[in-house]
Amino acid sequence: MVIPNISLGPFTLVDVLPYVALVTILGVILLATPFLVWYERVALALIQDRLGPNRVGPRGLLQAFADGIKLFLKEDIRPSAVDATIYYAAPVLMMIPALAACAVLPVADLRIDMGGGRIESVPFVVGNVNIGILYLLGLTSLQVYGIVLAGWASNNKYSLMGGLRSSAQTISYELSMTMAVLTGVLISGSTNMVEIVRSQAGTVADWNIAKFLPLGFIATVVYLIAMVAETNRAPFDLPEAESELVAGFHTEYSSMKFAMFFMCEYASMLVISGVATALWFGGWNSPHPALNFVPGFVWFILKVVAFVMVYVWVRATLPRLRYDALMALGWKRLLPIALAALVLTATWDAVRTPADKKSGWPVIEAPHDADKPAARASNAR
Amino acid sequence: MSAKPATGSAIRTLVGMAAANALGITLDPIDETTMVVNMGPQHPSTHGVLRLVMELDGETIVRCTPHIGYVHTGIEKTGEYQTYMKAVTITDRMDYLSAHINNLAYTLAVEKLLGIEIPPRAQALRVMLSEIQRIASHLVWLATHALDIGAMTAYFYAFRDREKLLDLTEMMSGVRLMPSWIVPGGLRGDAPEGWFERCAAVVDELPMRFGEYETLLDQNPIWRERTQGVGCITVDECLNLGVSGPTLRASGLAYDVRKVAPYCGFERYDFHVPVGTFGDVYDRYRVRLAEMRQSREILKQAIETMPDGPVRVGDRKVAPPPRAELDTSMEALIHHFKLWTEGIRPPAGEAYVPVESPKGEIGFYLVSDGSNKPWRMHERPPSFMNLQALPRLCQGRLIADVVAIIGSIDIVLGEIDR
Repeated sequence: MVIPNISLGPFTLVDVLPYVALVTILGVILLATPFLVWYERVALALIQDRLGPNRVGPRGLLQAFADGIKLFLKEDIRPSAVDATIYYAAPVLMMIPALAACAVLPVADLRIDMGGGRIESVPFVVGNVNIGILYLLGLTSLQVYGIVLAGWASNNKYSLMGGLRSSAQTISYELSMTMAVLTGVLISGSTNMVEIVRSQAGTVADWNIAKFLPLGFIATVVYLIAMVAETNRAPFDLPEAESELVAGFHTEYSSMKFAMFFMCEYASMLVISGVATALWFGGWNSPHPALNFVPGFVWFILKVVAFVMVYVWVRATLPRLRYDALMALGWKRLLPIALAALVLTATWDAVRTPADKKSGWPVIEAPHDADKPAARASNAR
Repeated sequence: MSAKPATGSAIRTLVGMAAANALGITLDPIDETTMVVNMGPQHPSTHGVLRLVMELDGETIVRCTPHIGYVHTGIEKTGEYQTYMKAVTITDRMDYLSAHINNLAYTLAVEKLLGIEIPPRAQALRVMLSEIQRIASHLVWLATHALDIGAMTAYFYAFRDREKLLDLTEMMSGVRLMPSWIVPGGLRGDAPEGWFERCAAVVDELPMRFGEYETLLDQNPIWRERTQGVGCITVDECLNLGVSGPTLRASGLAYDVRKVAPYCGFERYDFHVPVGTFGDVYDRYRVRLAEMRQSREILKQAIETMPDGPVRVGDRKVAPPPRAELDTSMEALIHHFKLWTEGIRPPAGEAYVPVESPKGEIGFYLVSDGSNKPWRMHERPPSFMNLQALPRLCQGRLIADVVAIIGSIDIVLGEIDR
């Protein structure tokens, strides 16, 4: 489907596209959170042989909105012994990186008629930056500050332990995750999220998970495990382990501050799932050229929803890991595996690429370069 | 008035410290590197209102002191002000997860005082009810234990299946949790029509359900990692602390009251006493799962060999006469009147009958002075004895292990505090 580059006053559609993407993606993520909560609860209920939410609205769809209104109307309690500034800043510190991370999520590739019969692929993304993946890694690790500071400022021993657990966990899994991501970057040959997705066009065999077998697959598995740990979801939900630490770092939070932590968890779940989709599972690309008639964003959303299902499935199935086992898994198993996958991928890549075809790495190119298709062709292995 | 008035929080601290000192609780850490954490009485996984004062070095437990008494309601003392028949209902409230077995333990003590033998059908039904209750209680243990370790699906599965067992209790007695159906002299009534068929259907379904739990938990490396080698205790330590039930058997001693001192004709049923080897959380889990299977075997045999006959003794001083007799027999009317106004009058003496509850050995020590109320009523609460092992089990473990260990010794605070 080709979209004409319509003129909007002094601007054209291509000019305003990033802003449209900003509003759309942010809006969708914020609005999707309540439905995500509903989706999780219904999926959990299915797995656990019970009904789940079915009272508020059709099939219980409005349940999360009712919960949101309830939280909004709750008294905003501030315990007397908290460090007020940090206490109030913590939920915000957690929310900002979660939302900012979606700036580099490539959702779709639009075919735009630039006039004169020239058709160009323009990504539907807020910031098509060359260091997209580094930006993402940076922001996801910033999230831990929210948790640590919330645990510290609450002046509660359970919160403090939750915060400490979180910092240790995030640091441990950040490493394996970064190694896995670097493997993906090596496979795609770019740190630009859009380029990473474009390099996976074709069939399932062209997705990064299926390249450099079994290295791509191993790195994908490492990434998927680390991503659950990064978002503090079960079975890695130690910072808020209900049966041990009551509610962990957000024990002392009520009303909208608690709601922000809650939304954060779901927003970062969506963002991290989106990154996994873009990095390993072909992003907006369809699994087979025969299915290309389905728009790209539909594939993207389907894949993200599938990942969220995996999150829920894992939560319903697995018991919580113990602190020492969590550390052992991160440092003794995932990190060596991820490191080995990275080194082997790099070696393989260096050996099999003919010397004259070797390109500079990483590929730095302007996102709206006029002769981009040609530039891409020269960089292709 | 130059002295600065004490602030509210300072006063609260002082009062709190005074209360703590009076109770002998030290809230001061041993040295500067440790932290004292108060777990409970309001905590999601202390199984009621258990309070643990734990001293932590990082996440490692240096010291763990249980504090109990938050639901003490004086049940034993209340029992001394009830007639023998009325006191049955308060025994339900102690270990509310195994009400039938509490009733049975109390009832057997009263019957020993009275020196009566109850009809075979009542004995067989008592066996069935207590085994139904054992499975139901173990299912609640499994559910909460799994939830504490973070496996939430097992919780819903176990509660789903417990419903079917509670339905059986409800069908017979009209009550799900506090039936008081086992009373001195037999049962309050016979099983209703269709009860045995329904019971057989549940019994047939159970093995498949037990298999489901095992698939979900046993084959899961995280579950095994969380439970194996955690909270080990030896047989000697168990015996010194008075620990009984599955916790003792998991350590390797095959002590089951149903085998060593059979009551209600348990010697007539063919079943095994599962034992563990290491006495860790995992062994306790295996022992309880195996016990549920054995209870199911007993249920199956009991349905097949159920004798006919009355479910109450013919002694009119213990059990009321049938309603039809009241219209024609003056004696029956007098007996009925005396029973409901005065109650049973056992001869003076004392009695204790141990019974195997899902938690361990339960028994009521009753002293009769010949009146219609017990002079002294005391329960041997298995949960209370088992809880004594907690500080020993938690020593040097991580805080995440504490919830696994509490779950594995299966305590009910209603029984501990009474």
